[in-house]
Amino acid sequence: MSEFVKRVDLIFGEYSDQKYKTLEKIVSRPNDDIIKDILDSGLRGRGGAGFPTAMKWKFAMEQPGDEKYVICNADEGEPGTFKDREILTQVPRKVFAGMAICGKVIGAKKGYIYLRGEYHYLLPGLLKEIDVYNTFAKELGIDFAIEIRMGSGAYICGEESALFESMEGKRGEPRNKPPYPTVSGYLNKPTVINNVETFVNVLMICRIGPVKYKKLGTRDSRGSKVFSVSGDTPIAGIYELELGMPLEKFVEEFGDGDTKAVQVGGASGFCVPRKKFKDTIIGFEGVPTGGSMMIFNSSRSMYNVLHNYLDFFEEESCGQCTPCRVGCQQLRKGIEAIKSGDKPVTYLDQLIKLSETMKITAKCGLGQSVANSFSSIVTNFKEEMIY
Amino acid sequence: MTNGINFKIDGIDLTVDEGTTILTAARKANIQIPTLCYHEDLCVAGNCRVCVVEQKGSKHLVPSCAMPVSEGMEIYTNTGKVRLARKHILELLLSEHNADCTKCYKNGNCELQYLASEMLTGEPMFIDLVPDKKYTIDKHNKAIIKDDSRCIRCQRCVRTCEELQSVSAFDVAYRGKHMKISTFFEHPLFEVVCTNCGQCVNRCPTGALIERNYIDKVWDAIYDTTKHVVVQTAPAVRVALGESLGMPAGKIVTGKMVAALKRLGFDSVLDTDFTADLTIIEEGHELLSRLKKALVDKDPSVALPMATSCSPGWIKFIEHTFPEYLPNLSTCKSPQQMFGALVKTYYAKKRNLDPKNIVSVSIMPCTAKKFEANRPEMRSSGYTDVDYVLTTRELGIMIRQAGLDFESLPDEHYDSFMGASTGAGVIFGTTGGVMEAALRTVYEIVTGREVPFEGLNITPVRGTEGEVREASILIKKTLPEWSFLEGIELKCVVANGLAYAKKVMQSVKDGTGNYHFIEIMACPGGCLGGGGQPIPTNHEIRSKRKTAIYEEDMGMPIRKSHENPDVVEIYQEFLGKPLGHKSHELLHTHYTPRKRY
Amino acid sequence: MPANNNLIKELVNKYGRDRTSLMPILQGVVEQNNFISDMDMTEIAKELDLSAAQVFGTATFYSFLDTIPRGRFVIRVCKTIICDMHGKKMILQTLENLLKIKVGETTQDKKFTLLETNCLGWCHKGPSMLINHDVYSELTAETVHEIIAEYMHK
Repeated sequence: MSEFVKRVDLIFGEYSDQKYKTLEKIVSRPNDDIIKDILDSGLRGRGGAGFPTAMKWKFAMEQPGDEKYVICNADEGEPGTFKDREILTQVPRKVFAGMAICGKVIGAKKGYIYLRGEYHYLLPGLLKEIDVYNTFAKELGIDFAIEIRMGSGAYICGEESALFESMEGKRGEPRNKPPYPTVSGYLNKPTVINNVETFVNVLMICRIGPVKYKKLGTRDSRGSKVFSVSGDTPIAGIYELELGMPLEKFVEEFGDGDTKAVQVGGASGFCVPRKKFKDTIIGFEGVPTGGSMMIFNSSRSMYNVLHNYLDFFEEESCGQCTPCRVGCQQLRKGIEAIKSGDKPVTYLDQLIKLSETMKITAKCGLGQSVANSFSSIVTNFKEEMIY
Repeated sequence: MTNGINFKIDGIDLTVDEGTTILTAARKANIQIPTLCYHEDLCVAGNCRVCVVEQKGSKHLVPSCAMPVSEGMEIYTNTGKVRLARKHILELLLSEHNADCTKCYKNGNCELQYLASEMLTGEPMFIDLVPDKKYTIDKHNKAIIKDDSRCIRCQRCVRTCEELQSVSAFDVAYRGKHMKISTFFEHPLFEVVCTNCGQCVNRCPTGALIERNYIDKVWDAIYDTTKHVVVQTAPAVRVALGESLGMPAGKIVTGKMVAALKRLGFDSVLDTDFTADLTIIEEGHELLSRLKKALVDKDPSVALPMATSCSPGWIKFIEHTFPEYLPNLSTCKSPQQMFGALVKTYYAKKRNLDPKNIVSVSIMPCTAKKFEANRPEMRSSGYTDVDYVLTTRELGIMIRQAGLDFESLPDEHYDSFMGASTGAGVIFGTTGGVMEAALRTVYEIVTGREVPFEGLNITPVRGTEGEVREASILIKKTLPEWSFLEGIELKCVVANGLAYAKKVMQSVKDGTGNYHFIEIMACPGGCLGGGGQPIPTNHEIRSKRKTAIYEEDMGMPIRKSHENPDVVEIYQEFLGKPLGHKSHELLHTHYTPRKRY
Repeated sequence: MPANNNLIKELVNKYGRDRTSLMPILQGVVEQNNFISDMDMTEIAKELDLSAAQVFGTATFYSFLDTIPRGRFVIRVCKTIICDMHGKKMILQTLENLLKIKVGETTQDKKFTLLETNCLGWCHKGPSMLINHDVYSELTAETVHEIIAEYMHK
């Protein structure tokens, strides 16, 4: 690995907390100390949106009432992402321990893992591990139980409020915000919902301390990140890397020598063309990602790539809000019409404007982020859209 | 409430209560923000996104219907960014919409069309998606037509059916581009739990949910010289029809309505209030007879509490949801159907007409009445008792079609006979009205005295929206034949909206609700908020109609059903006595248990 | 099709009658029968005191809660970009030829249903597919032959 692309072994390695010894130590600490450690670490959510984890927990902690929930978002559906599956397979106890810390801090007695239906095969193993956790928790006097809820094939349920709706037995349609989950989440109770990887990060911060943790990454993007690398690469797979690396170095490391573009952050992320590799930083100061890194070489048609994304969004949109439901259909039909010559090239500009409207008016992150891939592909690969 | 929230909208400083949305605050400041999925009666959905506004400091626009105002917020409702976004959203909706406006029943009364005209959409901006969609129209129902090609998926109907009516005949189904409003397995409405109440029709912003209209059939009947066309008008129509014809809400237009109906060419213009009064006589005696059976004869089979049966939406609801309580329903037909049965018997005989040449039309605030008139049991005259049911809205259309200047029409009187009415009949149009009318009569039958309320106004039973209203009346100093009721506290309950009806029935079922007499009207506010009333209908408009109804009651010379001279006469000449043989044949009915699933 | 009343009763007893139990109950029915029939839905609605339309609305939201009959083995081939780039079309064609059905169809013996699905999270080893809950990745025409042959005997 180059000096810029640093492999880390925090999430999968270090130690595995097989007997929940770390958890035992952490739960005896005052809540404010734990929050302070997380705050000092600079940890931001690992699902993609990057909200500061300490703030989220603090909001939930400050809410009155003793019915609160901790939810682990394992509805990993972003195209090109598969790291949560790996984490849940390799180090489930770290995930549970992270959830238990959260439960202690915010005052929740119940935690759920919302696992996507596509990962049903993980269920038997996870259930066994949960039994183990629950036994340890009892022994350690931790009043926090964990359960699994399954999804059933709906990308949108990765959106936190849609996930609550789904757990409540409803259609996975995102809610209006405010109120935010920390005030009114699952069953309208204060809820902290974090990505699988975030919980592991919390555990590791508590274990190694914020000072050591902060040495990883950059000022705006502390810590490491588990990347899912796929596409035109000879070494597709899961890699835990430091945040804040230049995309150029990433491509040197993982590309096949003919990389034309990298889709950072999945279908809802940004497509970075070769000419911008150099100036692009992978992290919150540059292009953030929930971990998905899809590499395309020059044999790939970016029209096909975009068309595939739009097909995906058209189906996976919940359909409730106008900009997302109809906008996705129009973008797909629109690029088809330009390609076939039924619409003039200038129609592309209209579509870009439409995607901008989707970005600022859609109800949730799905509809808002369609514009990311759309405008980054259309503007950087305009000729491929036309010819 | 905490201190007010200070914020700025389009440069205007405002202070509002905490929790107020931007939309509500804007309306207070007389700033209009367009909406589609928003409806005052329903919870906020925030899904159409037409109402977005710009918030200083925010990259994203915010939905004004869903976003509460916060301290120091600065809102702009009419920036270039906002206008383009709204235009895009409207264009997107239109691209999915069968915008064949001239062929649409809602042409001219469509919120989408109105917004499109306001924003001057002009040439379509985007590709027409309608050809790709396999839209279907459900026209199999007698009352309501559902046309998916005109649906903008605002979910007002879904929220109406769930929140106000607790029926959920519709829900949103499928996802993404396939998302649609659907019944169970996309079955036609007549096969599902729909009560035909039409509250969804009243709230649909477009032509996706409309009443089945019988306007042309009625015109045909009017033009057919061999036919004698009789029309009856329900109590709640006279306080709402004006709205359909450009008048403000809450105007009493009884006289103008009668004049208009005469000019449209109806041969006889009569009043459903007459059979409302008749209903009170029959239903009042039925209640007393049930009480007697229960208290004196100790008959365990007698079904109490007794529930009113005037509201066909309620009837279909109880048939589906609480079929085990059908014996508790009064066997009285609704006033509309009593009227229909009498028109082709009593009226025909008195006017020396062949009933087969009579066409019986009713003007109702209701879509469920269309279904009711088509029930197989509603043919006791030997003919279809009511041939065509028109909503208040349809009558409004006919009056416009005829070119009448409604506001300038003189006040005219109903024809006689079966045209006389009382204040008791009029208040059938509002929640609590049937109960009040019944008590005015029943109390007097039992005690020989008027109800002990000032001005006959039994305010404790005057229902309000959004609650179940309980009241009781102590019966004292009865006449000798009713001595078994001495000292009895007659317990009554009034509810409007099926969600509240469900609560009442559940309380009866679990034993917490202990009543003698239940009044249910399927629609919020009662018939004055019926599914067939002018659009828009909302809480404010219903309140105005309600005030008008009580005003009409107060202005009537006779305010008790049993004093209606036409009612007295019909018992003398035709029916004999209440609950008599003839009454049973013509004025009473039975019910059909249905499945909820 | 008659409802699986016993199965539904069992699931209701296990998960409870709150609406929060709806997903696990629907999933339980699919687990047994590979789809949820209209009768099943009305039975579930009755148990949970929901309207039938609400159960239908929820079920049709989720790709894996099929509301039309499916075969005993439901094959879901990932169609998202990376699998698509790595030969998904060929895999699909192989399956169509082998099973003699098109995408969306079920074999006459009700054994296999062939569907496409969105990202399965095996992009690093695409093309991939699910057969019921089991995942198969790095597919080639050959491995597809082998896998299907195995299922033919199940």
